[in-house]
Amino acid sequence: MIKLPEPVEDVVFNLLRASNTILPKDVGWALEAAAAWESNPTAYSQLGAIMDNVRKSELLSRPMCQDTGIPIFYVRGRFDSSVAEDIKKGLIRATKEIPLRPNTVDPISREPYENNLGEGMPIIHFTPTDDNFTEITVMPKGAGSENMTKLVMLNPSEGREGIVKAVTDAVLDAEGKPCPPGVIGIGIGGTADKSILLAKEALLMPTGDENPDPVLNELEEEIFIKLNSSGLGPMGLGGATTVLGVRAKKAACHTASLPVAVNIGCWATRRASARIYDHEVKYSQEGFF
Amino acid sequence: MDEATVRSLTVGDTVYLNGPIITGRDEMHMRALKTIRAGDEVPEEIYDSVLYHCGPIMTESGNKWIPVAAGPTTSARMNDLTPEMIEKFHIRAIIGKGGMSPEVAEAMKTYGCVYLAAVGGTAVSLAEGLGESTGSYWNDLGMAEAIWKFNANNFGPLTVAIDTKGGNLYDEVRKKIKR
Repeated sequence: MIKLPEPVEDVVFNLLRASNTILPKDVGWALEAAAAWESNPTAYSQLGAIMDNVRKSELLSRPMCQDTGIPIFYVRGRFDSSVAEDIKKGLIRATKEIPLRPNTVDPISREPYENNLGEGMPIIHFTPTDDNFTEITVMPKGAGSENMTKLVMLNPSEGREGIVKAVTDAVLDAEGKPCPPGVIGIGIGGTADKSILLAKEALLMPTGDENPDPVLNELEEEIFIKLNSSGLGPMGLGGATTVLGVRAKKAACHTASLPVAVNIGCWATRRASARIYDHEVKYSQEGFF
Repeated sequence: MDEATVRSLTVGDTVYLNGPIITGRDEMHMRALKTIRAGDEVPEEIYDSVLYHCGPIMTESGNKWIPVAAGPTTSARMNDLTPEMIEKFHIRAIIGKGGMSPEVAEAMKTYGCVYLAAVGGTAVSLAEGLGESTGSYWNDLGMAEAIWKFNANNFGPLTVAIDTKGGNLYDEVRKKIKR
């Protein structure tokens, strides 16, 4: 018997539920590894409370954080214009049934919108490809971490050293506000807008995997060690765990520019993806291999 | 919490709370201050309160409102509004995450208020400690910004991070940070 895949709206609902209630395994493992390292009692208790909460949220199928964020959708593969409407329907249902917190408001009047919709919502990035599936990814992004986003337009002469400084300053200046220890997304190059998109996309890369670009891999490792030697610690209360991972992406840029963007993911760096084929749907929270 | 209890707490102490807690964040602070500056009355529960910087996810079950997820929000957003809140309403404890400004710490010292750091993002665990809501105000501000009242039971763990004696855990960490 041919199995038909579930409607896209249902896939979106499943993605929103999984991403909000189950921490990706790579992030969970990084938390456990960190807890094994911590000798600072305050830091250890913060990590313990986090891991306890992660277990409860999965068991009870409740959002691990009350800030279910603004969901950012990435659609790639083959699709048509109906996918945007299906995402909207899935989001409305998820807001009511999971439930998600209604977070969207008008930026000036601050009047709340319903169901996490409103002007320009939901945010969807489209990449058409010739693949035989539609891939939908969602990243619920909370405001605590998003508010700590930094974009710096360095002088090209500042080079690699300037990049390391810009990133470490962004993370350490944010102190406990973005709920450390989290994942640091770095976007290097492109234009101002492109670097921010890259920094956010970097948060979709599983924590702890080797970066396919050896130059970026070395950069990630250097920044990881630097930040975890800083002493900022979980929630900015001191300790050896300031970040769980550092992920970087790059693009070509203008010869006169060096844009560097930093988008921070909190300890609850949430994501979930689905690939919809003709006869089945595959789900993953750690990417597809 | 009375002022004497608040003044007995020291940075680094871990506490669990029992008793009344109200939530409030950006919009609640703005409305509370605007109302009192105009000489009008605010809900009496704001006075001498334990104020939780939190915008919970609430769900209606029967005729009760239950918190599904209720972790702390970033307190620094309320920095500019908080000294006046403490002065006018004698807030006794603020629960949040990420710490607050030197101006807030000064007001805490003067009027007797502490900052209790909850573990950011631990929303399911913290919701359990709040229990069902005992009422709400200003619901027109939306679920996240309204005032929700709770009667907490073993709510925590909370770390005393700014006390009334000039102690500030965030300052201590900041001074030691290696760049």
